[in-house]
Amino acid sequence: MTQPSTKPIAHAYKATKEQAPVYSRAERKLRNANLRGRFGLALYVVLLLLPIYWLVNMSFKTNTEILSGLSFFPENFTLDNYAKIFGDPTWYMGYVNSIFYVSMNMVISLLVALPAAYAFSRYKFIGDKHMFFWLLSNRMAPPAVFLLPFFQLYSSVGLFDTHIAVALAHCLFNVPLAVWILEGFMSGVPREIDETAYIDGYSFPKFFVRIFIPLIRSGIGVTAFFCFMFSWVELLLARTLTSVDAKPIAAIMTRTVSASGMDWGLLAAAGVLTILPGMLVIYFVRNHVAKGFALGRV
Amino acid sequence: MQIKVENNKAWFLVLPVFLIVAFSAIIPLMTVVNYSVQDIFDPYTRYFVGTEWFKQVMLDSRLHEALLRQFLYSFTILAIEVPLGICVALMMPTKGRGASLALILVAIPLLIPWNVVGTIWQIFGRADIGLFGAFMSSIGVDYNYASDPTDAWLTVVLMDVWHWTPLIALLCYSGLRAIPEVYYQAARIDQASRWAVFRYIQLPKLTNVLIIGVLLRFMDSFMIYTEPFVLTGGGPGSSTTFLSQSLVQQAIGQFDLGPAAAFSLVYFLIILLVCWVFYTTIMNMQKDK
Repeated sequence: MTQPSTKPIAHAYKATKEQAPVYSRAERKLRNANLRGRFGLALYVVLLLLPIYWLVNMSFKTNTEILSGLSFFPENFTLDNYAKIFGDPTWYMGYVNSIFYVSMNMVISLLVALPAAYAFSRYKFIGDKHMFFWLLSNRMAPPAVFLLPFFQLYSSVGLFDTHIAVALAHCLFNVPLAVWILEGFMSGVPREIDETAYIDGYSFPKFFVRIFIPLIRSGIGVTAFFCFMFSWVELLLARTLTSVDAKPIAAIMTRTVSASGMDWGLLAAAGVLTILPGMLVIYFVRNHVAKGFALGRV
Repeated sequence: MQIKVENNKAWFLVLPVFLIVAFSAIIPLMTVVNYSVQDIFDPYTRYFVGTEWFKQVMLDSRLHEALLRQFLYSFTILAIEVPLGICVALMMPTKGRGASLALILVAIPLLIPWNVVGTIWQIFGRADIGLFGAFMSSIGVDYNYASDPTDAWLTVVLMDVWHWTPLIALLCYSGLRAIPEVYYQAARIDQASRWAVFRYIQLPKLTNVLIIGVLLRFMDSFMIYTEPFVLTGGGPGSSTTFLSQSLVQQAIGQFDLGPAAAFSLVYFLIILLVCWVFYTTIMNMQKDK
């Protein structure tokens, strides 16, 4: 039955193949390359997610199960580790503290960086290039160098163990970065817009807030994202400048080492919870982040 | 490049940044300078010792080793991350829902706190409870990052590649997206090979973002502290003790303020020097274009 029907189709296929346009071979090659690319990317993403998956997997296990052997899925699925974190203020306040100083840092960085980036992108002034390099050089300063002086400085002005201390300390590397990214985005806005606004009678502050900021919205979003990212992941300074009231979650995590050995399940659960805010934030800026990663310079 | 107007009043706009960065950079830096030339016993007893600490630091063989290790480490990870990042960027889809998804997935490691990155690999690499460690021992490799220096190095490098290749990939991806479709059409008409497309269309467009990427990666890998600290604690022995770690050991662990401060300054100057070389090369390259 099927014999006669397949034959004409095979024939027809052969015919189209012969009539195909000149660059069909190149195109087929391209499609193959694309397919190979997808496969390679999938492989890379799987390898990338494997360690994270392992952490998530472990966070749903009990300690006895973790230590008794390897398995890809928790056999006795448990939420105890998470319950322990959400039921203990010394644990969950760590998250609140972290989010608190990260947000503060984001706001401060943006507020001071916006006018400065505008100045760098629009005006020439005495020492502008040196100033720019000096700012960037602070991005290069190893936090370990500043550890002790920071501790003494913030203790002497009475800011030790406050959120603002960590937020200010993180400005050291976030403000230069914010200026750098925003300058890139602002230089993409033609200066005719500024001039037209001034001719129309806008004062500088009014122009800046009403016209200019909406124009570089995506740049601001991306800058906020980067400030969030670098402040959220930093531990060394945050740990040194806090003791109880503003202690970040990352420092609290070290508590899982106790006399009875490591509490692996709890450690894993705390780790998983530190990944979530980042994923949430990147979801919001996903459409602009590609440009942002090139610091507005594409 | 837009034409800039000369206007020194622009300083007022830069002033807030200057003040805030000066507060958190200049004051601490001057404290470090202060320490580096004094011998401090307690807050009221201190002696000026001139360049003695600097001499001591410059001749300290432990620091030479840490510096060597640091350079080796930074160049190793750059040599792996840059080509790998470019490959990943080339494979990422440019349109549709797949593009957003790929972007988010690839970016995840960048948003994990650094000590959690260390924790993840600490767990992942253990032979008893970690997948990677178990895999290595199941294929017959005697792998233990806590006792074998080679394995410790391998794990630290692998961790950094896992952690930071996404940054290079995303930078390159954004560079690639900026190439107009017409370029590819022209290449197709010319029947250009895949390699030719990469070499003559994509790579030149990537130079700018790659420079940013290499600069950021170099700076950050040169001050790496948290991840190896959590993973190996600098050991076994001192095989994974990098510059930041030996500095913290000296300043906080042994409380040798003078030498630690002198070391800090030397350390900062090395980074500054290397970055300045990078920066000026970049600027000159851009001028030549």
